[in-house]
Amino acid sequence: MEWETVIGLEVHAQLATKSKIFSGAPTAYGAEPNTQACAVDLGLPGVLPVLNKEAVRMAVIFGMAIEAHIAPYSVFARKNYFYPDLPKGYQISQMDHPIVGVGHLDIDVDGVTKRIGVTRAHLEEDAGKSLHENFHGLTGIDLNRAGTPLLEIVSEPDMRSAKEAVAYMRKLHELVRYLGICDGNMQEGSFRCDANVSVRPKGQVEFGTRAEIKNINSFKFVEKAINHEVERQIELIENGGRVVQETRLYDSVKDETRSMRSKEEANDYRYFPDPDLLPVIIDEDFKAQIKAALPELPEAKKQRFKSDYNLDEENATILISSRQLADYFENVVNASGCEAKLCANWITGDLSAALNKAGLEITDSPVSDERLAGLLTRISDNTISGKIAKQVFEELWQSTSSADEIIAEKGLKQITDSGAIEAIIDKIIADNQGQVEQYRSGKDKVFAFFVGQVMKAMQGKANPAEVNKMLKEKLQG
Amino acid sequence: MHTKTLLELGQSLRSGEFSSVELTQGFLDRIKQHQHLNAYITVTEAAALQNAQAADVRLANGTAELLTGIPIAQKDIFCTLDVKTTCGSKMLDNFTAPYNATVVEKFNQAGAVMLGKLNMDEFAMGSSNETSYYGAVKNPWDINKVPGGSSGGSAAAVAARLAVCATGTDTGGSIRQPAALCGITGLKPTYGRVSRYGMIAYASSLDQGGPMARSAEDAAVMLQTMAGFDEKDSTSVDLPVPDYCAGLNNSLAGLKIGLPKEFFGDGLNSDVAATLETAINEYRKLGAEIKEISMPNLKLAIPAYYVIAPAECSANLSRFDGVRYGYRCENPVDLADLYTRSRGEGFGKEVKRRILMGTYALSTGYYDAYYLKAQKIRRLISEDFKNALTEVDVIMGPVTPTTAFGIGEKMSNPIEMYLSDIYTIAINLAGVPALSVPAGFVGGLPVGLQIIGNYFAEDRLLNIAHQYQQVTDWHKHTPKGFE
Repeated sequence: MEWETVIGLEVHAQLATKSKIFSGAPTAYGAEPNTQACAVDLGLPGVLPVLNKEAVRMAVIFGMAIEAHIAPYSVFARKNYFYPDLPKGYQISQMDHPIVGVGHLDIDVDGVTKRIGVTRAHLEEDAGKSLHENFHGLTGIDLNRAGTPLLEIVSEPDMRSAKEAVAYMRKLHELVRYLGICDGNMQEGSFRCDANVSVRPKGQVEFGTRAEIKNINSFKFVEKAINHEVERQIELIENGGRVVQETRLYDSVKDETRSMRSKEEANDYRYFPDPDLLPVIIDEDFKAQIKAALPELPEAKKQRFKSDYNLDEENATILISSRQLADYFENVVNASGCEAKLCANWITGDLSAALNKAGLEITDSPVSDERLAGLLTRISDNTISGKIAKQVFEELWQSTSSADEIIAEKGLKQITDSGAIEAIIDKIIADNQGQVEQYRSGKDKVFAFFVGQVMKAMQGKANPAEVNKMLKEKLQG
Repeated sequence: MHTKTLLELGQSLRSGEFSSVELTQGFLDRIKQHQHLNAYITVTEAAALQNAQAADVRLANGTAELLTGIPIAQKDIFCTLDVKTTCGSKMLDNFTAPYNATVVEKFNQAGAVMLGKLNMDEFAMGSSNETSYYGAVKNPWDINKVPGGSSGGSAAAVAARLAVCATGTDTGGSIRQPAALCGITGLKPTYGRVSRYGMIAYASSLDQGGPMARSAEDAAVMLQTMAGFDEKDSTSVDLPVPDYCAGLNNSLAGLKIGLPKEFFGDGLNSDVAATLETAINEYRKLGAEIKEISMPNLKLAIPAYYVIAPAECSANLSRFDGVRYGYRCENPVDLADLYTRSRGEGFGKEVKRRILMGTYALSTGYYDAYYLKAQKIRRLISEDFKNALTEVDVIMGPVTPTTAFGIGEKMSNPIEMYLSDIYTIAINLAGVPALSVPAGFVGGLPVGLQIIGNYFAEDRLLNIAHQYQQVTDWHKHTPKGFE
């Protein structure tokens, strides 16, 4: 039988606020356990939550970016369950009235664009962490993360393969970083997802029973976990079994999912509106302010790069992959006045390769946009050749000098003085009469030999166009 | 010294008749002398004397406020920095907060001297102060009777002159009912008027702190310090605080008083009813017009309350899990054991009953039938009050159906206990302010008159109570043995 996979994702994006969603404690990652948790985060008696407006602003920014309905009235609710890293015994979340309603995100898979529905996105607080290692059979609790703002983004069950799920997650990842609302750091858990997976015979309208795979924190694992789960479900059904609704955990070491708890064992969360917090009212003014400050979104930027700079799809896609990279590109174009294609090629080529090798992000690039522009200007105006430019780039990477300083200091300036070039060419023709004969008898390949000889003699500094032109004339005699 | 009112004591302190240290020592001595009332859970003798000394400095250098140097006491539901806060529970017998409740902070700033922390029903759940882990509080008018609850320690301490005044909290009548049963003046402000920060939550949408004092005038002085917006409490209301003493002497001529017929039906003790009638007559003499009104949904208040309050408390009390602070059972074998035994051993019977009721009411399949239904009733009750208060200026009625009942009398029958709050609960559901003012005695036990006003009309309520206290002296009576 042919099977169809149905996938919906719940993505948790930690919002990049300075303080927590309901307290003034800082959200910075990696501090000593329990040093960034105040009385509110610890759930001490009598303390009260106060909503961080910045978290609301970020949720609304996200909603606008996916063209979603922004709820004029949203409500925080308590989700009740006991766990040691949940200090109050309930999580403050949103249930019936989420801040962001129905929206959508377009993904590209194998050259085809597909629209994925977003059901809702709501604000909630993160829990702390339970630490099971190094406590001699006991469990340690670190509440630094407790109260960190999360935006839970729930998709429609619109994805039909693990590949689509990954494309959706990547697109979302790119978007939240673009908007500056999430640092997207997956190792630190700033961006993670739960996947709802089911299978059904191809052509069947009803969904199959789904399993929820919890807490997947890399693109690679999303793909593997879903593929594994799909195989498991198909095998189970084909062997006469039945998929049960349950929560499963993905074990990346064994590459398998295993049952965590069944529907029967699931908590009854007993949601009800949190009486400590007022409903969140969002008016048109607030929305208008946010709309005005909304950055250009990736898709619009890509189209603009293609039309304004004549970039091809590939370069445009790479350059808009982060807002910082796109800004870098535009700064280089503006500062150098060079052809955009030259700038794009250098950034996606040599610069990206060097950054990858050094494990650096564009924001940490040792070669600033201004210094790279200085180099590209000198290629454009023929001061140096492309080959010499690579040498200058290496120096730019190592030093803090400008391209012009490096060119001057190392004497790399291209020679365009035709007299000097002519003298060299004459000498080389005189010294290599055998090759001249070959060329003149029709062996065009020998031309490259002459170019090489001339460049070697001039230490690469000759203007290649000039050399070609002059050589052709002289060789033809 | 202890017979004087707050304002009189303030004058004596400022004129140098006696010092705050002398006054504080006098109250500390009385607390020791009348320990059998069990009004205090913690007495902070050393800190009180130290703060009295500091107050004397302010009194001497002219920076004193009305409350500077006045010995007061806090209900043990308000968190106090460096002083144990138990909420009347074994669960918090070992708990000291690293912060002051906003209310406590405000009294400290004003220079009031805290004598200690007052006994209360466990987590404010109770109407008799018998659910306290620290034992029942006795009513100073008759030590075999309850003082009411949950602010029973506060009411008993003020009535017995073991503090000049005290704070209380009121979720379904917990200020007004004990004030009535102990013959003092107690005000539950509008929901949102007084910050709840640092006040241990029972039912967050109903809880409200307020003053408990000997007179409306003293209560006005206290409320002046307690009221106001607090950025740490999102449900506190950002409205200016009026001068509560300024209008105390306003005339009551033309005041329209509504008497809901639902308040004066079956269930109200006839002697209490007669006492209230006399009190209402006093208002007639003061120029008020009396009108019978109807509030048809009042009868639904108790069932609605006993869904909403337990539902909120079931979540509010989840944090007491034995993990981070508070009571933890001995040698838990695993996490489930840690939770079940810590909570099973740390909470008393009434608290457990309400957690169970609330958990049930919020469960899948019951939420609509209980919680949502109760919220609808709550809106209907609020409408009743809004409608009535367009017709009349204030509503008057009983605070309690009877005078103080015997210790142990209702402990085995929770429904009967819940019914003792039948006249006070609707006010919390609506969120309006109400106060209890001493209006006479039945069989030697005090009777309270309840005065209910519109949102944020505390100044009007205090004015109406104060005018009554100008023509009556019920509030000046002192229980025997405590003169």
